[in-house]
Amino acid sequence: MLEQLDTLEQEALAALAQANDPGALAAWKQTYLGRSASLSTFLGDLGKLPAAERPLAGKRGNEVKRTLEAAYAAGEERINAAVLNHALQSEALDVTLPGRPLRRGRLHPSTLILRRIYAIWAEMGFQIYRSPNVELDDYNFTLLNIPPHHPARDMWDTFYTTEEGVLLRTHTSPGQIHAMREFAPAPLRVILPGMCFRYEQITARSEIQFHQVEGLAVGPGITFANLKATLADFARRMFGEGARTQFRADHFPFTEPSMEVDVECFVCGGKGCPVCKFSGWLEILGSGMVHPTVLRNGGYDPKVFSGFAFGMGPERIAMLRHGIEDIRYFWGNDLRFLEQF
Amino acid sequence: MKVPLSWLKEYVDFDLPPEEIASRLTFAGLEVESIEYIGLAPQNGHIDGLPGEERGPKARGLAWDREKIVVGRVFEVLPHPNADRLVLCKLDDGRTIHTVLTGAPNLFPYKGQGPLAKPLKVAYAREGAMLYDGHQPGNVLTTLQRMKIRGVESYSMICSEKELGISADHEGVMILPDDAPAGTPLADYLGDVILDVKINPNMARNANMVGIAREVSALTGRKLRPPSYLFRASGEPLKKHLRIRIQNPEFNPRFTAILLRDVQIGPSPAWMQRRLSRAGMRPINNIVDITNYVMLETGQPLHAFDWDSLAARASGNAVTIITRTARPGETIVTLDGATRTLDDFTVLVCDEKGPLSIAGVMGGAETEVRDTTVNILLEAAAWDYLSIRRTVQAQKLPSEAAFRFSRGVHPAATLRGLGRAAELMRTLGGGIISRDTVDTYPRKAPVVRVDLPMKEVRRLLGVNIPPRKVAQILESLEFVCRVKETPARRRRSGKISDDDLTLQVIAPDHRLDIGTGVVGQADLIEEIARIYGYARIPEVQIADLLPIQRGNPGLEQEEAARDLLVNLGLQEVLTYHLTAPEKEAAVYPPGMEVPAAEYIRLANPIVPERRVMRCSVLASVLETAARNASRTDRLALFELGPVYLPSGKPLPAEPVQLAIVLAGPRESRDWRPSDRTPADFFDLKGILEGVLSGLHVPSPTFESTRDPRFHPGRCAKILVGGTALGVMGQLHPQVAARFEWAGHDLLAAELNFELLRPYLLRQYPVHSISEYPPVLEDLAVVVAEDVPVERVIQKIRSSGGEIVQSVLLFDVYRGEQAGSGNKSLAFALTYQAPDRTLGSTEAEEIRTRIIRALEGDLAGKVRR
Ligand SMILES: [Zn+2]
Repeated sequence: MLEQLDTLEQEALAALAQANDPGALAAWKQTYLGRSASLSTFLGDLGKLPAAERPLAGKRGNEVKRTLEAAYAAGEERINAAVLNHALQSEALDVTLPGRPLRRGRLHPSTLILRRIYAIWAEMGFQIYRSPNVELDDYNFTLLNIPPHHPARDMWDTFYTTEEGVLLRTHTSPGQIHAMREFAPAPLRVILPGMCFRYEQITARSEIQFHQVEGLAVGPGITFANLKATLADFARRMFGEGARTQFRADHFPFTEPSMEVDVECFVCGGKGCPVCKFSGWLEILGSGMVHPTVLRNGGYDPKVFSGFAFGMGPERIAMLRHGIEDIRYFWGNDLRFLEQF
Repeated sequence: MKVPLSWLKEYVDFDLPPEEIASRLTFAGLEVESIEYIGLAPQNGHIDGLPGEERGPKARGLAWDREKIVVGRVFEVLPHPNADRLVLCKLDDGRTIHTVLTGAPNLFPYKGQGPLAKPLKVAYAREGAMLYDGHQPGNVLTTLQRMKIRGVESYSMICSEKELGISADHEGVMILPDDAPAGTPLADYLGDVILDVKINPNMARNANMVGIAREVSALTGRKLRPPSYLFRASGEPLKKHLRIRIQNPEFNPRFTAILLRDVQIGPSPAWMQRRLSRAGMRPINNIVDITNYVMLETGQPLHAFDWDSLAARASGNAVTIITRTARPGETIVTLDGATRTLDDFTVLVCDEKGPLSIAGVMGGAETEVRDTTVNILLEAAAWDYLSIRRTVQAQKLPSEAAFRFSRGVHPAATLRGLGRAAELMRTLGGGIISRDTVDTYPRKAPVVRVDLPMKEVRRLLGVNIPPRKVAQILESLEFVCRVKETPARRRRSGKISDDDLTLQVIAPDHRLDIGTGVVGQADLIEEIARIYGYARIPEVQIADLLPIQRGNPGLEQEEAARDLLVNLGLQEVLTYHLTAPEKEAAVYPPGMEVPAAEYIRLANPIVPERRVMRCSVLASVLETAARNASRTDRLALFELGPVYLPSGKPLPAEPVQLAIVLAGPRESRDWRPSDRTPADFFDLKGILEGVLSGLHVPSPTFESTRDPRFHPGRCAKILVGGTALGVMGQLHPQVAARFEWAGHDLLAAELNFELLRPYLLRQYPVHSISEYPPVLEDLAVVVAEDVPVERVIQKIRSSGGEIVQSVLLFDVYRGEQAGSGNKSLAFALTYQAPDRTLGSTEAEEIRTRIIRALEGDLAGKVRR
């Protein structure tokens, strides 16, 4: 009797292992757990057994039933998973098909580089101060220690308006005077971004308009050594931790001493390449200690205050960073150019 | 300025390689823009694109192999047996005799003369020498190879200047001076390095060999060896024959002159010609060359008059030189033959009959030195640099002399230049120098003294440089220094520190750029830093306290708008702020009267299409749309930037405008079905609503309007709080056509950003979210076609009250069921209270209120 049950259990489990689709599973259920299955018949006929065998047979019979039911549940899960998997297989995609194109807006490359410059200087405590693009001759030149007819004026090719004494600013330096006059005698740390204009032929290398970001720090203890450290910090933030800088004497009428700042060419690592014209260095900044006359024109006593100023061209920096060879791309606004940013 | 190092070495010894000299000058503010090698090899690196590494300034030139290119001596020129246009030269190269084939026309005159009485010295290249190809344009390297030309074997050659890389001249072979020793490597005899030094306005004093030599001396510690300015004068005194009258000493502080008699005009010696050409000046004759040479050497430009022409004009009287400004309408014929009308600021050198020369700029034709000139009046004067500069610009007469005078030459330089030139003319031109110099000096240049406290040096540079070092630097530039104790407050300790010392400095008499007081101190500190070396000044973080921090709200507003527009899928463009009125007028349909705009105009436009400052950003963005039309069917552009409007004040107003242009299908073409319907009015409106809501502008509204630039029925003004910010809509088809978008709908918006600013709040409130369930219901209303949807929505909101959370229009129907002249609007409404669940009665009440309002006030008909 009990051996029969053992055999039945083994047979049923073996059969279940063979069932691999819902049909076979249903048939198995019918065969081993259905109403006319031998196990059901056995359990239904328990009462016909001798009383002494009944408890043991009943216990064992129910045991087998539970085992088969549990096995069925497991089998059902296994087969459902297999069926689902099979169905999913048929839904496979060609993952190399292009994604749905969304319209992505972009900032102009000049805005991008300006924002990067703003962010670096903001962290160093320099905030943004803006002044007009159309300027008085006085602010653009005279107050910056460049008197009328002075040979230093040759350094800037200027657009004049038909209004006497009004011009398109050739640099953001007039903002120095505006800022100083607004804040003197309080110490000052600002950057002066904006569009500048030069009377120049439009070529791959020169444009009639371009951005400039000028910086100015005035205080009771600002030194040339501070200027060097500040610009070296900026260069590292802008061009990478390892960026080396070198400082060359130069001349700007509104600073003294004046200097030109080069950063080691990040294209060739200083070995020499066409971008740095084989010098290993890229000119990125003009700077210097604010000229005493300019400090005085701004409302500071040059005996008590000192300051430094610097200026850079965002488009030039963007050109160096991205290897852009033609400055005309910036205002040309060809989408094939703009969409690369 | 071109500085041949072979010349520079006359005034200062240095054994550093040329590249090192170039680098030191560059770091000291005299940027070497290029290095030209004549026959010599650069220290390290390559030239002219040859492979190899190069650091430092641009270099060009050709190195002459010392073994293969030498001085040769041609002692006989024979005809070629088979060719009329070739000759055979007998040449001694210091080792042996060669027969060299050449077609150089300048050797033909010697053909068949037998052994030459005076052999010719030439540059001789042996087999295998590397040279430039004389027959090819530009500089193409070639190696000299053995070959047969017309039956005669050739393995070497006599070189032209072009083949040696000295100049572009390939007309004939180069003839060397007779003293050239045959067999000597040509590089030793002729080799040179020329630095091209950029002279900044503050370095005018260095636009001469002595100036550069002084810098090299200061930068290397080697002694400066200026030329001698002494001369031997034995001629008749000049004083009784010449009077000087200076009418405007402010323009002509000093005028000096000397007379040379019995000068022989002829070519200048080879060494002088060589130096002049290497410095970029063409040799002419000994007198002109000497004036140029001395100008390049000392920085003092000189002018030579033909004395006899002056004397003839004076008709037997003493010559009277008058310097004055030009009279109205006055003219002069300059030595280039041009008749020039002069401005009232132009300073002239005249005699009693009229102008002789434009002071410091160009001589007159009548009194110039000619081949027949015998007696020379040599002028060395000082002129006001500003008036010279104005004249140079007005007359468009740049020259080496004008370059120097228009940047400032110290009056003390006159006598140095005069003496040096007179002595050279005497020794090289055989003249006799007048026993006296006429020197009129009505406006003495002040002696510039500056007290430089050592404390100031430290205050500005941030580094301690010992006083002794500071003094040594200044003395190396010929300043005179004396160290003194600063006459300051009594010191607590008896010790004297560097800070208690002051340098009393006197500027040398070649400098006009040193000021007085604080400015003079800054001028000196620049010199100290420059020569001390910027690299030696440490990098020190700012010690000053951080000033009060201030933001820039205006810029932040603009950047916020940019970010929103980019997030909405638009591409930012930045365009020219300079334009032309007709370009801006193109945003109006053809034939339309364009509203007159007042422009800020340029006095000196560089091109006509950029002659005014723009009044419209939209026109610029449309130009960009036009430029991209051929390459894309779809664009969404914006620009946020200033326009320039006359303000009644000297400076224009620069209000910021926002312009948006939209065109083409909503979605780009794809492998799946995409929405290819063209963007329309409502796409643009959606963008504007997105930007305005993103900026938290309170309830903007759109109102139908007319604008000649736009489609008459598809244009709206944008209102916020009763202010019209701008217009938007579909551009007039004729305008679209003007901007290369014919047949397409071009959507555009133009907003005055300044009017928007008052509504851009730094803070805005956020409402709490109701925890009670909303009631959702649909409502369809039929209204007359001329009732704007905006009014219907407002009516729903105003009648429903605050409980109406959202009003979403989900259908607009026109047709039979709505009746003609009507439209049916379907809304999904959400009612929600912040503090309770709405009951059905309350919802019904709200609905009833809304229906009553729509039917009563708008004559609508709500479908029930
Ligand atoms: Zn490089």
